[in-house]
Amino acid sequence: MSAYKIQTHEFDMVVVGAGGAGLRATFGLAAKGLKTVCITKVFPTRSHTVAAQGGISAALGNMGEDDWRYHYFDTIKGSDWLGDQDAIEYMCKEAPAAIIELEHYGVPFSRTDEGKIYQRPFGGMTTKYGEGPPAERTCAAADRTGHAMLHTLYQQALAHDAQFMIEYFALDLIWDSSGACCGVLALDMAEGTLHLFRGQGTVLATGGYGRAYFSATSAHTCTGDGGGLALRSGLAMQDMEFVQFHPTGIYGAGCLITEGVRGEGGILRNSSGERFMERYAPHYKDLASRDVVSRSMTIEIREGRGVGEHKDHLLLDLTHLGPEVIHEKLPGIAESARIFANVDVSRQPIPVLPTVHYNMGGIPTNYHGEVVQRAGDNPDHVVPGLYAIGEAACVSVHGANRLGSNSLLDLVVFGRSVANRCAQTIKPGAAQRKLADDACDKALANLDRLRNANGNTPTAAIRLNMQRTMQSDAAVFRTSKTLLEGCRKMAEVFASFEDVKVSDRSLVWNSDLIETYELQNLLYNAVATITSAEQRKESRGAHAHEDFPERDDANWQKHTLVKVDEKGKASFEFRPVHMFTLTDDVGVVPPKKRVY
Amino acid sequence: MAEFALPKNSRIQPGKRFPAKPGAQKVREFRVYRWNPDDGANPRIDTYEIDLGSCGPMVLDALIKIKNEIDPTLTFRRSCREGICGSCAMNIDGTNTLACTKAIDDCSGGGVPIYPLPHMAVVKDLVPDLTHFYAQYASIKPWLRTQSAPPAKERLQSKQDRARLDGLYECILCACCSTSCPSYWWNGDRYLGPAILLQAYRWIADSRDEDTGDRLDQLEDPFRLYRCHTIMNCARTCPKGLNPAKAIAEIKKLMVERRT
Repeated sequence: MSAYKIQTHEFDMVVVGAGGAGLRATFGLAAKGLKTVCITKVFPTRSHTVAAQGGISAALGNMGEDDWRYHYFDTIKGSDWLGDQDAIEYMCKEAPAAIIELEHYGVPFSRTDEGKIYQRPFGGMTTKYGEGPPAERTCAAADRTGHAMLHTLYQQALAHDAQFMIEYFALDLIWDSSGACCGVLALDMAEGTLHLFRGQGTVLATGGYGRAYFSATSAHTCTGDGGGLALRSGLAMQDMEFVQFHPTGIYGAGCLITEGVRGEGGILRNSSGERFMERYAPHYKDLASRDVVSRSMTIEIREGRGVGEHKDHLLLDLTHLGPEVIHEKLPGIAESARIFANVDVSRQPIPVLPTVHYNMGGIPTNYHGEVVQRAGDNPDHVVPGLYAIGEAACVSVHGANRLGSNSLLDLVVFGRSVANRCAQTIKPGAAQRKLADDACDKALANLDRLRNANGNTPTAAIRLNMQRTMQSDAAVFRTSKTLLEGCRKMAEVFASFEDVKVSDRSLVWNSDLIETYELQNLLYNAVATITSAEQRKESRGAHAHEDFPERDDANWQKHTLVKVDEKGKASFEFRPVHMFTLTDDVGVVPPKKRVY
Repeated sequence: MAEFALPKNSRIQPGKRFPAKPGAQKVREFRVYRWNPDDGANPRIDTYEIDLGSCGPMVLDALIKIKNEIDPTLTFRRSCREGICGSCAMNIDGTNTLACTKAIDDCSGGGVPIYPLPHMAVVKDLVPDLTHFYAQYASIKPWLRTQSAPPAKERLQSKQDRARLDGLYECILCACCSTSCPSYWWNGDRYLGPAILLQAYRWIADSRDEDTGDRLDQLEDPFRLYRCHTIMNCARTCPKGLNPAKAIAEIKKLMVERRT
């Protein structure tokens, strides 16, 4: 493989990805005096954090009584008791300080009459441990909170003079012989040159893999690159069966309509105009958690109460909110609805459908962001030199179902946490681990194969097969039959990648090659997802299994660990759910029936 | 009178034509600028006939259909496909805009011409080099600058003060406005252009920021600010409906006020 020239760059820390988590980690690490580089396949403000709308949760109590312990309880209940309670305690306790920090960085939050940060209700966010009224906990910048946050975080990175390698694509992780991560091999997309970024630590902040599905709110760039890198390195992913369907993607286009619409009073209606959520969630109605609402909507459609020519979607009604609320609080979705559904939201309801939105699963980590794996009897073995944060990771604070507005919080809390951890454990300028001469050979062999791939099936055709399979067989409701069928079909699609054809042979900005790499990453994630779903014989959170409709805590209150080998074959282990807390500030919440 | 012509290697040649499949119902032509630095050839216009019956409604849908089904070498940036990330800014039907929010039906009749953002160095096909644009953004130090110690809680900001940021903070840095500005075409090396000046004003207008004097000092320059000649292309072309020209006018007003 000596034909490929590689430029080597040495840093203390290498961050892959420049969304909310990657940016917070990058300038956090730089501020701690660690020489840090962030490599990203898109300019930072193009990352998908930019599309988050509704807000970021924290029990500030600006709009009424609130307590981080309520938030902690809601998150555990939302996770359907699959979330690790130590990590959830950490996140919810850190949340208020994290939001104040964002405000001090300059995020243009909407305001209350007293000039404080405006907060709105969101699904599953309650007071008094699920007994009180909905909590107003989700801090918002109109309905463009992710945009406001991502731009502010990039601005902070500029203020900290952080170093970026923009439009560099991470090809593979590079390991030493002891099993420690030593950095990442990346392709400079503009020039087609190879760069080895050596680091004492490598942080994967690469986001989710929504594009494994045909219809997703996710950007085209949400291709699970970190998961692909980890799985190709032989690491296990965690809880990949849990894929969140957002209740309100625009019918047809798939673009997101924030849950904040329902937080501001919007109502879901079926073909007879009925507010059907009253039947499924008598107390919190349209503000039940996302898995509950998406299932209810799917049942409505299935039972013939959908709207439209094919009775295959439902309506989100905000005509009663009035122009002031729409203008001040929801201007962005008014724009999206006009462009993508040709709807004037002040006069017409928006056609919506549950749409793939978020991956609860990811690279398993502890609450410091250190990647963990099962090693024999030790379920918490730390992988030296590797970290993961944000949607790419599974801490697990979201368990089997994430609450809306907890993901933006996840990004900043654990982006900060990894920086704090590395400040303690990594010495600036210390020697890099020793690499064998052939450490990059496997990565280069993969590059060589994909660059010259001359099979019969274009990248886009394989991708479409994968997306259709995942859409039909790993959907809101799953059965043993659809899952087995899906596993079989995904195995075929995975195998068809041997026959991939890349048409673009150039070196400069070869997006055909990049999309092929992204497809490879997606395929690993997709196989991990559908096989994990097939083996979990219960219903929990976003995994609704019709042959096993009940949650089975005795057998299944545990994290799935899945590895996928080069042939696409999956193997499984498990980790226990952390049913303990970090401090005595709060108690363990034992499982109980989940009703909204 | 002097005559100007493009250098020989920049003249655009006719390119390939990709006819629609037989039986296509509603065919529309897309005439796309192509240039690959690797092959040494001049830029060309390739023509793709697309059956709109099997294509999404937006220009980006057509470009993706071309890449997926006809020509995988076609190169363009794209990400969110909902008008918030700013990746797919390009010149469509004569106007700078986002391919993902530009409806095919809203393009004028005939073939739809698609070019990269004007007057920028082209990396490949529809991908312009935005390095200088991003460097200009960094040059205005676009972050909250304060001297006072931060309070334990949030800095308070009235609803009215927060409302002054509306129409400013929504900028997605797509560069449609700057690359539509003749003054930026001419003096883009030193003139900051509408996008960056809108961002500069976003911080001047923020009641929490305490560095207005320095921000204005940095803009008090014949080129950085005063190359704006109120041509207003920026406001006409902004795909988010923002008005950078107004923000620039506000900065100019502040410059006058502080002199008196």
